[in-house]
Amino acid sequence: MKRFLLRRILLAFVTLFLLTVLVFFATHMLPGNVGQRILGPLADRDAIKQLNHELGTDKPIPTQYVSWLSHTARGDLGKSLAYDVPVTDKIRPALGYSARLAMLAFILVVPLSILGGVGAALKRGKLLDRIVTVGGLSAAVVPEFVWAVFFILIFGVKLKWLPVSAVPPDGASIITQYKHLLLPALCLVMVLFGYIARITRAGVVESLDADYTRTAQLKGLSPRKVIGRHVLRNALLPTIAVVATQLGYLIGGLVAVELVFNYPGFGQLLLGSVQKLDFPVLQSAILISGAFYVVTTFLADLVFTLLNPRIRSGVLG
Amino acid sequence: MSVTIDPAPVVVADSLRKRAAAEIKAQRRERLAVLRHKPAFLVGLFVTMFWLLCALFGTSIAPQNPDSLDIGHKLQGPTAAHWFGLDQLGRDVFSRVIVGTRVILFIALGATILGSVLGTIVGLVAGYFKGMVDDVLMRIADVFMAMPVIVFSLLVIAITQSRSLLVVMFIIGIVYTPIIARTVRATVLGESELDYVAAARLRTEKTPHILFVEILPNILPPLLVEFTVRLGYAIFAVATLSFLGAGVAIDSPDWGSQVAAHYKYLSGLNWSATVFPAAAIATLAIGVNLMVDGLVEVFER
Repeated sequence: MKRFLLRRILLAFVTLFLLTVLVFFATHMLPGNVGQRILGPLADRDAIKQLNHELGTDKPIPTQYVSWLSHTARGDLGKSLAYDVPVTDKIRPALGYSARLAMLAFILVVPLSILGGVGAALKRGKLLDRIVTVGGLSAAVVPEFVWAVFFILIFGVKLKWLPVSAVPPDGASIITQYKHLLLPALCLVMVLFGYIARITRAGVVESLDADYTRTAQLKGLSPRKVIGRHVLRNALLPTIAVVATQLGYLIGGLVAVELVFNYPGFGQLLLGSVQKLDFPVLQSAILISGAFYVVTTFLADLVFTLLNPRIRSGVLG
Repeated sequence: MSVTIDPAPVVVADSLRKRAAAEIKAQRRERLAVLRHKPAFLVGLFVTMFWLLCALFGTSIAPQNPDSLDIGHKLQGPTAAHWFGLDQLGRDVFSRVIVGTRVILFIALGATILGSVLGTIVGLVAGYFKGMVDDVLMRIADVFMAMPVIVFSLLVIAITQSRSLLVVMFIIGIVYTPIIARTVRATVLGESELDYVAAARLRTEKTPHILFVEILPNILPPLLVEFTVRLGYAIFAVATLSFLGAGVAIDSPDWGSQVAAHYKYLSGLNWSATVFPAAAIATLAIGVNLMVDGLVEVFER
C-alpha cells in the first residue's frame, strides 16, 4: 500500500515535470523571437535586442528553461506580455471566479446525479432508468456552449427568469450574484450529470447483486436499511472517484461557458492568452490546469486504491 | 521406413475452424437482432445517417448558394424562402447548416481514425514489449492526458497560428492517441500471455507479424468500441473548438463558427441564425452517441 502510494506520487511528479518541458519548449518553437513579437514587425533592431536581453530571451533555450522552471517552482510566473502586470495578478482573481462557478455546478450536479443514478439502479429497466441513462448520456454529449444557447433563449429571453450575463451589476447581493451564475452552472451540470449518474448506477447495480446485500436481506433488514447501510456505502466510492476525474476535465468546459456568458474566469483568461499570444499567461494557465488534473486523478486513484483490497494489500501495483 | 501422416487431425482441425466460423456468424446475427429492437439505437442510427447524407451530398441538397449575400435582409427570421432565416451577412442559414455538416463530421471522423491508428500501434508495442518501452510510452501518454483536449488544442493553435480545421483534426487525433493506446495496451497485456502468441514466437515469426497479424485481430472488438466512443467525443471537441474560433478558416460554414458569429444577437435581434446550427450540433452529437451506446452495450456483453 505504502509502496503503491509512493510510486503513484512519484509518477505524478514525473508527469508534471514532463508537462513543464512540453509547455516550455512548445511555446519556444515559434518562429521569430520574443522581442520581435512584443514590439511588432516594424520595431527598431536595437530595441528588440535590448528587450530580449532584459527578458533573458537571448540566452540558449535550455538555460532559459532552467531559469523559468526555478522561478515557476517558487511561484513567480513572470509578467504578462499583454497587460504588463505579473501573471499571478491575472490568474488569481480568474481562478477565484472560476472556482465559484465550478463550485455551484458541483453543488447542483452531485446530489442530483447520485439521486438519479440510485433511482435508475433501483428501477432497472424501467422508465426512470431509461430517462437517466439515455437522457443523461444525450445531455452529456452536447457541448456546453450549445446548452448555453438553448438556456439563454428559453430562460433568459423568452421566459425572462434568469439573467443572460454571468456578471452581476456592482453591489449586487449574494443571491443576485448566484442568480447570474445559475445559467452558466446549468450548462456544466448538463454535461456532468450523465457521467456521474451512470457510474453511480453501475456501482449500485453491482452492489445490489453482491453477496453481502443478500446476507443483509436474509438477516431480515428492511429494504431501506439494506440500501442505506450496505448498498450505498459500497456503491458511492466509484462515484467519488468519477467526480474527482470530472473536476480535472472541467477546465475545457469552462472555456466555452465563460466565453458565452462573458464571465472573467480562468477559461476566458486562457482563451485570451491564446488570442493575444500572451505566452507567460498561457504557459502558467496550462501548467495550473495540468497540475489540477494530476492532483484530481491522483485523488481518484487513491479512492480506487482504498476500495480495491488487492492493491491495498500489495498484491498489485 | 516411411512416415505416414494420419489424416484425422487435419479433418478435425478443419471442422473446428468451420464450427468457429459458424459461431462467429451466429453471434453477429444475434447482436444485430438485439440492436434491431433497441429504439434508442435505431433513432441514433437514423439521425446519424441523415447527417451523413448531408455531409456527402450537402452542396447538391442545399437549396441556395451558402455564400451568396443579401445584405438588405440580414438577420431576417425564418420565411418561406429561407426556412432558417438569414445570417448577419444575409446568407441562407438553412443552406449553410447543410453544407457545414461536412466540416464537423469529416474532421471528427478523420481525427478518430488518426488517433485509432496511432493509438493501436503505440498500445500494441507498449503492451507487447512491456518493461522500459512500456514505461516510457505510458509516461508520455500521461503528459498528454494531463491536458484537457480543449486546452491542448488551444496551445497548438497558438503556436502554429493555423487557420485550418485540418490542424484541429491532427490535434484531436494526437490527443486521442494515448487514450486509445491505453485501452489497446491493457488488452494486449492479457493477450500476449496466451498460447497462440507463444506458438507464433516458437515458429520464429517476426515481431510485426505477431503484433499485427496474430494479436490485432483478437483485440478488434474492444478497439471498435473505443473507436465509436471516441467518435462521439470528437464531435463534442470539434464543435467546441470551432465555436472558440480555434483553427477555423474565416467565413467557414461550420456549425460552431455559425453559433459563435451570431449568439450575441440572441437577446433580441435574431435567434434563428444561432439556434439552428446549435440544434444541428446537438442532434448530430446525440444521434452518434445513441448509436454508439447501443453498439457498446451489445459488444461488451
